[in-house]
Amino acid sequence: MSWRTNLGRALACAVLLLVVSLSLAANWLAPAGYAKQYREAADAPPSREHWLGTDEIGRDRFARVLYGTRISLLLAPAAALLTTLMAALVGGLGGYLGGRWARGAMAVTDLFLSLPWLFLLITVRAMMPLNVSPLASVLVTFLMLGLLGWTSAARVLCSTAGSLRESDFVRQARASGICGWRLFWIHVLPNLKPVLYAQFWISIPAFILSEANLGILGLGVAEPMPSWGSLLKELEGMVSVGEEPWKFVPLILLVVVVTSFQLVLSKQEEVAA
Amino acid sequence: MKDLLGRLAGMTIIGKKLIAVPIVCLGLLASSAWAQGELRFCLRSEPKTFDPLKVEDDASVTIRYLTGGVLMRMNRRTQVLEPELAESWKVSKDGKQITFKLRSGISFSDGTPFSAEDVAYTVKQLMDPALHSPTGDAFRSGPGNVETKIISPVQISITFPAAVAGLDRQFDQVAILSAHSPKKEMAVLGPFMVADYQPGATVLLKRNPNYWKTDAQGRKLPYLDSIELDIQPNRDVEMLRFKRGEIDLVNSLDSEYFDKLAATSPQLVHDAGPSLDSEQMWFNEVAKAPLPEYKKNWFRSAAFRRAISEAINRDDLSRVVFRGHAQAAVGPVSPANKFWFNARLKAEVYSPDAALKALQADGFHLQDGILKDKDGNAVVFSIITNSGNKYRERMATMIQEDLQKIGIRVNVVTLDFPSLIERMTQTFDYEAILLGLTNIGLDPNEQMNVWLSSSENHQWNPQEKSPETAWEAEIDRLMKAQASTADAKKRKEDFDRVQEIAVEQQPFIYLVNRNALSAVASSVQGASPVILAPQTYWNVETLSLKYSKPLTGQLRQNP
Repeated sequence: MSWRTNLGRALACAVLLLVVSLSLAANWLAPAGYAKQYREAADAPPSREHWLGTDEIGRDRFARVLYGTRISLLLAPAAALLTTLMAALVGGLGGYLGGRWARGAMAVTDLFLSLPWLFLLITVRAMMPLNVSPLASVLVTFLMLGLLGWTSAARVLCSTAGSLRESDFVRQARASGICGWRLFWIHVLPNLKPVLYAQFWISIPAFILSEANLGILGLGVAEPMPSWGSLLKELEGMVSVGEEPWKFVPLILLVVVVTSFQLVLSKQEEVAA
Repeated sequence: MKDLLGRLAGMTIIGKKLIAVPIVCLGLLASSAWAQGELRFCLRSEPKTFDPLKVEDDASVTIRYLTGGVLMRMNRRTQVLEPELAESWKVSKDGKQITFKLRSGISFSDGTPFSAEDVAYTVKQLMDPALHSPTGDAFRSGPGNVETKIISPVQISITFPAAVAGLDRQFDQVAILSAHSPKKEMAVLGPFMVADYQPGATVLLKRNPNYWKTDAQGRKLPYLDSIELDIQPNRDVEMLRFKRGEIDLVNSLDSEYFDKLAATSPQLVHDAGPSLDSEQMWFNEVAKAPLPEYKKNWFRSAAFRRAISEAINRDDLSRVVFRGHAQAAVGPVSPANKFWFNARLKAEVYSPDAALKALQADGFHLQDGILKDKDGNAVVFSIITNSGNKYRERMATMIQEDLQKIGIRVNVVTLDFPSLIERMTQTFDYEAILLGLTNIGLDPNEQMNVWLSSSENHQWNPQEKSPETAWEAEIDRLMKAQASTADAKKRKEDFDRVQEIAVEQQPFIYLVNRNALSAVASSVQGASPVILAPQTYWNVETLSLKYSKPLTGQLRQNP
């Protein structure tokens, strides 16, 4: 591994650390909060009072970026964890048990993959109770993403667990009289861990982007709470963005964070390989 | 000598040619100022029909306006009816009969002569129940048949079974069909005719060679050779195309684009003032709605609705959300509707303190900054609006903050439009909705489907078997009374009272009237945008282009 790669990863870790720290310090850095509307200064350019200007209804964009980062960045890992657990349960266990279990797990996974998720998400959102607080809407959005995003990881895990099941050391362990949960827990799971880690890391940027997409569809985090999705909505009017480059900040942040995640997780992928 | 004379003669001829060429050129240039060129603008959807009687969608309305010949046309600037194919008309006192005196010597675009027979044929088609003409609905005043009597080739009377309010105005939408032309609805009496249609791409309209109108100088109208209508649903693309000079008009501009364009080319944009369109919110007052009883009680209380209305800062909504290109709404009728607007009504004054006092008088109280009703229930409700409409989302968020000042927690929910409509019309599973209303017509009868308590579009409590409140019963009575008389003064009095009741009871909390914003390229001459649709090309016959552009229609036909 070259020193450049290591430096890249170190930088990526530093960027992620900085972004997370800044978002956690939002209460101090932007004490007025993300919802306060400075109506006399709506859609204002950057100034001393509003470092990134204000949005169309006068909310401080810097504050919204900080709080939005906190929401997107802290809940995406939670959704990724949920996804990885679901994938391990369906794919990992199915692959380990093999035979009809594996076929059943893959059938369920294929079914989930073939569903039109965009429309299902719209339907799920439409069926949700209306009086959901913004905080609850955040949790529901990421819970939905977590519950629905496990399929690709499940396929990988099923395949890996199937290979492990047929591997020499597992056969040897089985021949030695180890079976059932003990075999899974002691011999299979430790070997699945790198794949699980990799899937976890891969899912985080995917969920950040998914939440951003849901936000653009109006299905994400409820107003007035910000998220990267709702912040990216400002870029919808392509006529205006060239004249107001500061509106690109959430997008740049998203790209930087996702790239940093990719750099960090490339190590995890190498471990998994 | 002969040679000299010959040379002189030659010079004269050459000289004449030299003089004649600039004259011809000047003549051509001068004529191009009114007689040539192709106007281009966008349709935001595919036209669903070219049959003027079946028109429902905006794109088809545009084509009907540009191609259809009508008996009378409402001047979009003065809002006064002006004679077109009918030289004059007379409505009977009981409002059931209208008699037209038609112009003579007029032909359809295919050369078929126009007469009273065509009017009779059009009315027959219009009222045919099998056709389900949306235009015809406005004339269905009561059970029974419509009778037409051709008095002479240029005179016809039409008798309806019951009085039709604003009978003459309704004919503004009725494009006359030919009774005899083999081309059916493609034979038109309007300034243009459909020449080519490329589904999903363009509709090309060519000048009607038999159009009957001339200008003050006796020149045949319309000035334009053709109009190319590009089907373009994406407004961003429409704006970019306008900026690049590929299209000449943007009929309805949103305020953000308007300001961007105004910053660089102020001469191209036009703010004609408040339009007929309104943005409004309302509470669910349906008795069988799946809501807790205490919430139904709030929503059915006029005092509660009035207090909410008072706590909303409409001026901020206009200034911030619409960048000043909107006006605080007064009531059901926009001030843009010159005749029917009740000028005695004034916009609600923003006063959270007065709103809070009114709520306290109605049994509510503030506790730790949270408004609670007399049973201790915190006042929390959701406002739904359609996702993707950034203006409504912003309005809802601003209302959320306004109401927070009086201790009310509002959850803003954006739903895709079909889900919203399902909740609004089928399940009634909502608390408050914020939507807009697009008014096309000026007449109160156009709003009949909203105000009658038995109507499906009586949004806050649709299809009531009998009016559930005294004020709704009163509105029913007034709306029916104004619809059954031809006396304009009496109708105005009745509808003024309807507006007053609507403002007192606030079943709809009217928020703003958006301004009519448009953009017109500097090459278009004679444009004078107005608030009524079609804002920019209402006077299409007299529009012209400063310089003529290549005619794409001709190129397409002769590739």
